[in-house]
Amino acid sequence: METAAARQPAISLEGVFKSFRSGSETVNAVDGVDLAIEQGEFFSLLGPSGCGKTTTMRMIAGFEEPTRGVVRLNGRDVTGVPANRRDVNMVFQSYALFPHMNVADNVAFGLKRKGVAKGEIGRRVGEMLELVELGHRAKHRPAQLSGGQQQRVALARALVNQPAALLLDEPLGALDLKLRQAMQVELKRIQREVGITFVYVTHDQGEALTMSDRIAVMNHGRVEQLGTPAQVYERPATRFVADFIGTSNLVKGTVLGESGGVWRVEVADGATALLADLPEALAAQGPGAVGSAVYLTVRPEKIGIGAERPGEGVSAVPGTVTETVYLGSATHYQVDIGGGESVTVYLQNSSDSALAAGRGDHVWLSWPAHHSYPLLA
Amino acid sequence: MRNRKLTPYVLVLPAWTWLALFFVVPIGGMLSLSLTTGNVITGFQQTFEVGNYADAIGTYWEQILRSLLYGGCATLVCIAIGYPMAYWIAFRGGAYKSTYLLLLLLPFFVSFVLRTISWRFFLSDNGVVLGAFKDLGLLPEGFAVLNTAPAVILGLAYNFLPFMVLPIYAVLERMDPHLVEAAHDLYSDRLRAFVHVILPVSLPGVFAGVLMTFIPTSADYVNASVLGGTHNTMIGNVIQTQYLVNNNYPIAASITFVLMGLLLIGIFSYARALGTERVMEVHTS
Ligand SMILES: Nc1ncnc2c1ncn2[C@@H]1O[C@H](COP(=O)(O)OP(=O)(O)OP(=O)(O)O)[C@@H](O)[C@H]1O
Ligand SMILES: [Mg+2]
Repeated sequence: METAAARQPAISLEGVFKSFRSGSETVNAVDGVDLAIEQGEFFSLLGPSGCGKTTTMRMIAGFEEPTRGVVRLNGRDVTGVPANRRDVNMVFQSYALFPHMNVADNVAFGLKRKGVAKGEIGRRVGEMLELVELGHRAKHRPAQLSGGQQQRVALARALVNQPAALLLDEPLGALDLKLRQAMQVELKRIQREVGITFVYVTHDQGEALTMSDRIAVMNHGRVEQLGTPAQVYERPATRFVADFIGTSNLVKGTVLGESGGVWRVEVADGATALLADLPEALAAQGPGAVGSAVYLTVRPEKIGIGAERPGEGVSAVPGTVTETVYLGSATHYQVDIGGGESVTVYLQNSSDSALAAGRGDHVWLSWPAHHSYPLLA
Repeated sequence: MRNRKLTPYVLVLPAWTWLALFFVVPIGGMLSLSLTTGNVITGFQQTFEVGNYADAIGTYWEQILRSLLYGGCATLVCIAIGYPMAYWIAFRGGAYKSTYLLLLLLPFFVSFVLRTISWRFFLSDNGVVLGAFKDLGLLPEGFAVLNTAPAVILGLAYNFLPFMVLPIYAVLERMDPHLVEAAHDLYSDRLRAFVHVILPVSLPGVFAGVLMTFIPTSADYVNASVLGGTHNTMIGNVIQTQYLVNNNYPIAASITFVLMGLLLIGIFSYARALGTERVMEVHTS
């Protein structure tokens, strides 16, 4: 029994929908989401503003009830169970610290309501404040703390209850960049130490990529892609994901044919790019796929620039440099490849090389087949 | 450079002038008046007669105590009615919050005295309320509210209710709704969220409301004279009579200072009891 329970996902959403009525309109904030978040995982919900991240999280916390679908915690159906009887805790973006209580009382709040013995409350609050490095601030009011310190109090107040999962809604949103980066590392450390499942809402792709075990990329109330940071970055499943995560070049092309397990695609003005595979829908057609339109995507840092035409076995696309931006450790190039399309290239500035190309230079872009991936047109 | 240094003083000048003209001068005048002897015919001489105060307290201690009692009761009634009203408008008012606030204030577009007089009809022995209950046999024939202490307290509470509702509403309305959610998230049901979070966070509003109702209700004389009959006179009535009817300015002025002193002592001990830090802090986040 014990092991069966342990193998249950910490949180699962099954066919969850949520719509709000605002005036005469109905907004489908969450439009059919299925997720299984594993025990001890650092799981991120990533997506643009208004895509339904907060609503999804609030349904897990119990602040909203799904219009349709089921929410489970450790396998138990909690749909309809009020927030105060769900074993998850939330860290609010505004922190929502109780202003009339000092730091220690804020952290002790949940344990007191649960009726934990006084001595144990004192011990656990003390330990938790040590964990977030705020032991010396126990008697301060929230208003006397800096933003980063308030953030850690909010974290301690939730974690001290040892919930089945911790829900964090853009917890670093109010902090400046330096502090944000420090807190990202800090959050990761704390999560490793306590081993509790973290569900992390953010619209910052960099944050999601660096911190998460897995990411669900959301758009318009749906999950567009679910995967590890590397999967989501290297193999975006949709144009939306390719666009939203990092910078991507999206080049329109026509399938020419296959040889030796590599597909040739004509792009821009007659240049040939290579693809290791085609979208499933096209691959199923076999030779029938020839002539189909396809989008070819390649990350800017995967592209090389050279003055000479590269050899066989790589994508080779000629173009003209229209813009160079020197950034110290790297240089960004904008290359016009004809057909009204422009490609962005990031090159590291290695010690011996001068600028690879200047504005107006004719260059060859090249990249291996496995670094570009196809999306349906 | 010299001008720069003077600027702040020039800027506060209007405020200081205002305070001097409408606060310091009248208070000083009243204080000196309270220490004079004489009458309107012979004139008042500045004799520093401290006995006026002993006189005032000795003669009118009963009315003074009654004023504080009635004011205190009216304030309690205002909290009992006003807090739930403010709570309801702030948390349940939705898009109609301002409409409800307007409805709350609407009666107060009518003159204070007229409003109080209308309560005479409302509370009269065989009027709309008591008459109906008596007809139904729910109240004995001789039952009366008018000209009793409850009538005065009810009138006071009615007249000063918005001064309780508005400050409480302002605090609740400004409160971060996530605070309540955080309480629920941390295992509090609705009652515990109220007791441990909403109520303590709204205390500054209650404090302001108490000041704004207790001070004017204890000093009021209109409600006592319109609704209280002859046996429920408050200190306000005494001051009014001494000034306007008996023209005994020294006594009227010393009663005024006694009342003021008592109210100040009351307010400071009240702030002390609640914890000044808690009350003076304005919670926003
Ligand atoms: N209580 C509500 N009433 C009406 N509409 C709502 C409500 N809550 C959310 N919505 C709508 O649902 C959609 C999703 O909102 P949600 O807050 O989940 O987005 P989000 O992904 O968290 O966005 P953000 O990054 O801006 O926080 C939005 O269009 C929003 O306007
Ligand atoms: Mg949100």
